[in-house]
Amino acid sequence: MTARSSHEAATVVRVRVPSPLRSYTGAAEVGIAVPVLAPELPPTVGGVLASIDGAYPGLRFRIVDEQGDVRRHIKLFVGNALTRDLATPIPAGEVLMIVAALSGG
Amino acid sequence: MARSPAAARPAPARSTRLLLATRKGLWTLTSDLARNGWRLAGPQFLGHIVHHAVADPRDRRTLLAAARTGHLGPTVFRSRDNGRTWKEAVRPPAFAQGSGRIVDHTFWLAPGHADEPDVFYAGTSPQGLFRSGDAGATWEGVEGFNAHPQRKAWCGGDQDGTPDGAKLHSILIDPRDPRHLYIGMSGGGVFESVDGGGDWRPLNRGVRADFLPDPAPEYGHDPHCVRFAGGNPDRLYQQNHCGIYRLDRPGDTWQEIGATMPKSVGSVGFPLAVDPRDPESLWVLPMDGTSVWPRTSPGGRPAVYRSRDGGKSWKRQDQGLPRSQGWWTVKRQAMTTDGRDPTGIYFGTTSGEVWGSRDEGRSFRCLARHLPHIYAVEVAAG
Repeated sequence: MTARSSHEAATVVRVRVPSPLRSYTGAAEVGIAVPVLAPELPPTVGGVLASIDGAYPGLRFRIVDEQGDVRRHIKLFVGNALTRDLATPIPAGEVLMIVAALSGG
Repeated sequence: MARSPAAARPAPARSTRLLLATRKGLWTLTSDLARNGWRLAGPQFLGHIVHHAVADPRDRRTLLAAARTGHLGPTVFRSRDNGRTWKEAVRPPAFAQGSGRIVDHTFWLAPGHADEPDVFYAGTSPQGLFRSGDAGATWEGVEGFNAHPQRKAWCGGDQDGTPDGAKLHSILIDPRDPRHLYIGMSGGGVFESVDGGGDWRPLNRGVRADFLPDPAPEYGHDPHCVRFAGGNPDRLYQQNHCGIYRLDRPGDTWQEIGATMPKSVGSVGFPLAVDPRDPESLWVLPMDGTSVWPRTSPGGRPAVYRSRDGGKSWKRQDQGLPRSQGWWTVKRQAMTTDGRDPTGIYFGTTSGEVWGSRDEGRSFRCLARHLPHIYAVEVAAG
């Protein structure tokens, strides 16, 4: 899906949000508009997380640390594939799923 | 340094409100005027680990809470209406990109100088110092400390800390000079800056570090809690891993004042509280620091110890506290005083109880129980 604003093209990526982060989004799934830099370049995980922070300020820092690494208890799936690499592309139609791993006590 | 200002006057009669930061959220406990009846309210931020929550004594309406969960990164929440509504910081404390360091959690929050409204400081785990100029909305690293070429020598690596992680705590701002700061670090020791955090120097002479090969190093110590004496910022008290100490400035050698504690109790503990109206008066809450460091009340018989002579002598205060089988731990931020007359003293336990005294420790009663593990107890505007 590609949308065009008056300024730039954008594609919308669906993101599934775990319950600990729904205080930001208010929903279990949100559509995030990500700028399209070039038609042949799909959005990346990092691009989606940058855009999600624009829509829901503060969310990104809860799951990605200040050095740009995914936090220890967070898992990210593009479709069914686990990734910790923010450069991972998100093919058209795939969902980015954020998982907050459970930990004790 | 300038002469010490007179000790603070007692706060006018009003209710006392306590902010209870716990491992599962934030609660408040509010008294009636007599500090006899107490009302518990909360939780806020249920499920968040709230390491510290403080009230701004300058405007009596701003509150900050340092929070994280087991899954999510650390943040700071802020309220401008005494806790009715909260907003998350736009930019929480975070180390500089490229530094390789990661804030695990914000551990200590401190309102700034009276002449600098909306300035707050934050100490983090691992050791980092941050400053906000907008009442906690955005935070910048105090790079004079965070990027100091000696910082790693002072603190060790970020993985070298205590079981709960290395911490920067006890951020003290001289009430006469906003550029004169002290910090405590576990580990690292006590450090002083006279230029608003641009540069720092160790201030640990006289403090033992008998867990190190050199028992009297320049730095690397383990202060647990450092406070200004009430009404006298030329005196500091310190509860350390290796005893209790006092420092009278401009001197730079700490004097051990815990040696007069009963041998059966010892002088190890975490919190230390002062009487805002009396620089000679302080309280400690000893714990078992023997063998493997059980960190419980010695012998299961909890007690506060008070000195009214600057640490020359101590008196046990345990009326109302369990006579046996009271295996508490009270963390370094979890004991405080209210500045009323007579001074109220309050502490929270890792077993989720809040105990209070409205007569300077002569008698205690349990004010709340069944709460989560308590990390911090602070007094807010009533």
